[in-house]
Amino acid sequence: MTGPLLSLSGLTVDFSVGDGVVHAVRGVDLDVNHGEVVGLVGESGSGKSVTMLGLLGLLAPNARVGGSALFDGTEILGLTGKPLRALRGGRIGMIFQDPMTSLNPVLTIGRQLAEAIEAHQPTLTGKRVRARVQELLEMVSIPNAAERIAAYPHELSGGMRQRVVIAMALANEPELLIADEPTTALDVTIQAQILDVLADLRQRTNTAMVIITHDLGLVAGVADRVNVMYAGRVVERAEVDEIFHKHQHPYTAGLLRCLPRLDRRGIDLDPIGGAPPRLDRLPEGCAFAPRCRAAIDECLVRDPMLRMVGASVVACHRAPDAVASLTGAGA
Amino acid sequence: MKRYILARLAIVPFLLFGIVTVAFIISRLIPADPLTSIVGERAMGNPEVIAAAKSKWGLDKSVPEQYWAYLSNLVRGDLGTSFRTKNSVVSDLAERIPATLELAVTAMIIGGVGGVLLGKFSARRKDRPADHAARVFALVGSSLPVFWTGLAALFLLYARLGVFPGPGRLPSRVDPPPQVTGFYTIDALLDGDVSLFWQCLARLILPAAVLGWAIMGSISRLVRASMLDEMHSDYVRTARAKGLRERAVMRGHVLRNALLPVLTIVGFSFATLLTGAVLTETIFEWNGVGSYAVAATRNLDYPAINAVCLFGGVVFLLSNLATDLLYALADPKVRLT
Ligand SMILES: Nc1ncnc2c1ncn2[C@@H]1O[C@H](COP(=O)(O)OP(=O)(O)O)[C@@H](O)[C@H]1O
Ligand code: SF4
Ligand SMILES: [Mg+2]
Repeated sequence: MTGPLLSLSGLTVDFSVGDGVVHAVRGVDLDVNHGEVVGLVGESGSGKSVTMLGLLGLLAPNARVGGSALFDGTEILGLTGKPLRALRGGRIGMIFQDPMTSLNPVLTIGRQLAEAIEAHQPTLTGKRVRARVQELLEMVSIPNAAERIAAYPHELSGGMRQRVVIAMALANEPELLIADEPTTALDVTIQAQILDVLADLRQRTNTAMVIITHDLGLVAGVADRVNVMYAGRVVERAEVDEIFHKHQHPYTAGLLRCLPRLDRRGIDLDPIGGAPPRLDRLPEGCAFAPRCRAAIDECLVRDPMLRMVGASVVACHRAPDAVASLTGAGA
Repeated sequence: MKRYILARLAIVPFLLFGIVTVAFIISRLIPADPLTSIVGERAMGNPEVIAAAKSKWGLDKSVPEQYWAYLSNLVRGDLGTSFRTKNSVVSDLAERIPATLELAVTAMIIGGVGGVLLGKFSARRKDRPADHAARVFALVGSSLPVFWTGLAALFLLYARLGVFPGPGRLPSRVDPPPQVTGFYTIDALLDGDVSLFWQCLARLILPAAVLGWAIMGSISRLVRASMLDEMHSDYVRTARAKGLRERAVMRGHVLRNALLPVLTIVGFSFATLLTGAVLTETIFEWNGVGSYAVAATRNLDYPAINAVCLFGGVVFLLSNLATDLLYALADPKVRLT
């Protein structure tokens, strides 16, 4: 139990599409320790979801996953059948972005929760399953849990549905919980409540978590460490405080400028400028170069590798001067 | 839900009245003189015979008067007397409806079960050769006219290969089982006559399969499309992420949800079955409403034509009603409001 709970190295995901290959994930290294909460942050399309879905074989059939993923020391890429099902919803729970669509509209939430339990504990009696369903609903603070068991998803609000999805992911006391944009589809006040549920959970069960989000502000309160992803790679990794105060990558700086802050008037609406590159036609050199205000000639020809700079691991030729050069340029 | 059902039922009388009226109009629209069929060609020159026939059948009155007489008779359950069989049309129909229903229900089972299985088979093998083969099979069934497939089936499976018995509901010189339901297969079983059951079933299967094949295409196409839609939905990914077996994901989530829209075409399929039954019954010498309709039309038998139209309309009405109610029952969003 000394090694990390989850350890990705060189993870790749390619999608074959009509006229080529989309390199959605291009060699991701990422560790999650026991009981640790790791944030995976990046703009939409940077490959966060695909990375995590790829682990559990939940991608579309046109995906090919490569590299290595050790879970508790065992390779899990390429697993099929029973060992794979034992991970899914068993040792690894998943929460998805949109609670409006991630529950089956024609089954009661009780039925859907029971399914999750029965898939991994087939010998439980109906009565025990029902008791466990109610217990799970109470655990995520759903009021009147006993009555809600017979409710259909459309009878619940978005926040309540997301609690149901969380309860489902927790059904078999997973060691790792992957939450993919768990609050993105919800109202701001509900977002805070869902984050509280997750934080509370962490305190009580010490479950390790990966929280996927495009919103750096969201991980500030919950994560221990943050991985910033861009165009299918991790470009910076550090403790959460370092990410906010001593980040080294110009992209991280850009993401931080997206956050509303009290000491600045208004929000910079296009703080990074430009759009992520097409993943089927990546430029040579640093993938961020076309949008980077710190770029130098070298950036256009040589792809930066991850290296330690200060308290960060960062993929940038100009670190540790890159971020300073941005402010120096008045950005 | 209660309000939905009541609202749905409330329009039934209006639809019925519409059907009754349209059936009347259709039977009057036929562009020929029914007197010919009543009195025969030779008597057409004799004014007395014609006048007698006209007053007997009410043909000397104005159309609105005929309509009124028709309505008041209908309320009393009297649809008139067939020009052709000289029996009451109601008793003619009562005799033939079970034959048609037995054929249609069997065809619906074959077409429905076959369509769902075929659609599921196709969806799971999307764009592979097996998918294409299944789709072509379904398409052929729904695009070939049933009289053609019926004749081809009889020719091949009866005349050439002899694996199925010939046309007709019963072997010659065999009496039908004592009537309980009017379905020969069921009545034979109820009578304890297993060998008669098998004989009736063997004669039922071929025409029912021909008809069932005709509706299989629309069902399997819809099942395939809607399963493919559902397969990519988020809740299916959730179901997989829970650790469910692929089979449980397919049956408990994908197929279950995909069948909801399929319910909506059941009513429509029943209409296809009825039109198909007219031709199928003629080819398979099936003594049902379809062959009755053909004979009635040939003989300009107004009361019979009218009754057959009514029957068709009512079946269509009921099957659509059943579809809507089933759908309401199956979809919790409707059921719980
Ligand atoms: N089935 C697929 N076929 C082709 N490309 C895909 C497929 N699924 C995802 N992608 C691509 O993979 C990239 C990463 O997507 P994703 O991981 O969902 O991003 P995010 O960081 O927003 O979660 C996107 O550019 C997306 O277009
Ligand atoms: S390597 Fe160059 S282009 Fe890439 S982020 Fe650093 S400075 Fe910008
Ligand atoms: Mg995503």
